Amino acid sequence: MLNPFAERKLKLNLLQSLRFGGKKTSGTVQRITCGGCKADFEPSALQAVMYVCPRCGFHLQYPVRERLEKLFDADTATEKFKDLAPSDVLNFPGYAKKISETASKTGLPEACICVTGKIGGHTAVCAAIDISFMMGSMGTAVGEKITLAAELAQSSRLPLIIFSAGGGARMQEGIFSLMQMIKTSAAIKRFSDSGGLFISYITHPTTGGITASFASLGDITLAEPGALFGFAGPRVIEQTIGEKLPNGFQSSEFQMEHGFVDAIVSRSDSRAELTKLLSLHSV
Amino acid sequence: MQKKVSPYERVKLARNAKRPGSDDFIAALFEDFFEIRGDRAYSDDNAVICGIARFNGAPVSVAAICKGRTIEARIKRNFGMAQPDGYRKFLRCLAQAVKFRRPLITFIDTPGAYPGKSAEERGQGQAIAECLYQMSAAPIPIISIVIGEGGSGGAIALGVADRLIMLENAVLSVLSPEGFASILWKDSARAAEASDVMKLTAADLLEYKIADYLIQEPDGGAGEAPELVINRVGELIKSELTELLKLSETQLLNDRYRKYRLIGTSDGEVCLD
Ligand SMILES: [Zn+2]
Repeated sequence: MLNPFAERKLKLNLLQSLRFGGKKTSGTVQRITCGGCKADFEPSALQAVMYVCPRCGFHLQYPVRERLEKLFDADTATEKFKDLAPSDVLNFPGYAKKISETASKTGLPEACICVTGKIGGHTAVCAAIDISFMMGSMGTAVGEKITLAAELAQSSRLPLIIFSAGGGARMQEGIFSLMQMIKTSAAIKRFSDSGGLFISYITHPTTGGITASFASLGDITLAEPGALFGFAGPRVIEQTIGEKLPNGFQSSEFQMEHGFVDAIVSRSDSRAELTKLLSLHSV
Repeated sequence: MQKKVSPYERVKLARNAKRPGSDDFIAALFEDFFEIRGDRAYSDDNAVICGIARFNGAPVSVAAICKGRTIEARIKRNFGMAQPDGYRKFLRCLAQAVKFRRPLITFIDTPGAYPGKSAEERGQGQAIAECLYQMSAAPIPIISIVIGEGGSGGAIALGVADRLIMLENAVLSVLSPEGFASILWKDSARAAEASDVMKLTAADLLEYKIADYLIQEPDGGAGEAPELVINRVGELIKSELTELLKLSETQLLNDRYRKYRLIGTSDGEVCLD
């Protein structure tokens, strides 16, 4: 999907921006700490296992381009709408600078990447949100990409898979961000009414306006183990009720128990599970 | 307006307890109001009022998020912070409106959806998403009026409309100015400054074409002359409903989709069928 130079730069940047755990420098190689068992790993060792801790199974942050590359059948993925970049709709102080800094640091044009390609032989439209880009917040460009993905899936009569993540609305785009909740939900509704299959795949962390729009509108909802999936953030809830939340509150497993998730699917099983679901819906 | 009113002053006016609440609008503008209660799944949430009534002689569905004005009413209505049960009661109301082909009028006044433990356990996010999803394609005319505070996803859950009307001192925003300041600058005391950059006033939203109409309020806000303001809202609903009822269902739904589809599209060039 990328030229080798851009890819190398991207991987380097992504490794530097890994959110879970701290970073330790031993010699010149940065090591990544597992958020579950606190063991240290060489980046390349984690990359080879899709950023799932080989010791405890904890799912670390998975750079979106790598996720999509591993998910699709070799040489079938084509990136879509890649020129869509964030826009400073409110002329918000400091936002333009923040966008360009984040883009060069992460190698991503926006938090959302769209791809079409084949998964286990089944063609699908896929969008995924990378939280290394401004916490995966939904500004106008993210909303537009999700909407375009749904419209593309509808017009080409393909299934839609969205790997959701992100903390909700992008503050710097204010009301325009909020309106993306309506825009994306309306697009998913039209797509659904046309008979399209939408698989919503929840990854860590999915909250706020993302949860309260497209992420909750799948025909099937899958979630990665241990992902935070909820509306209000845990700290806000604790402030509201004046007590600590129990461990695992709003985790994928909690949401499955409460009826909002169909299956917890680990990264190593995701390709097989998606292939099965796509196959069950193909005619 | 002679006096210059700052955005944060409008936020304070929007929250003023003297302002007419959703229940006051319903009582004044509709006849034969019959309130439906409960979501048929868990409870009846008093932060959301739903029902059937006559407007200008014809049956309509009415829904509102209501804060209450006295302290007792505020407690009863949980300060206008709805639970998932409230949004699901609204979904019942919407489904009935569609079934019986009644126009839907909604009133919005909420600081936001209730961010509590029980709300999460019952799927606050899913409940709001379902409202947006169903409203976007409901083949009936929908008019929404933001009468006070329009706080985030919990507000727009009742606000996917063919016409969005805002009172002059009403606000609609991605979150409260206090929350905004606390997230961006780690200082909730900078709410006034946040209000300046957030573009949350009715005039701002009218300029961005997110709101379709602004209803003038007297100096000092709607609380100074509630009847006048409520009547202005009633007149506008009447004329807009007349226009919307002339449209075919397809036209209505295409216009609604297009309206939201074009928000935040940098080039404005989108392929729409
Ligand atoms: Zn581990």
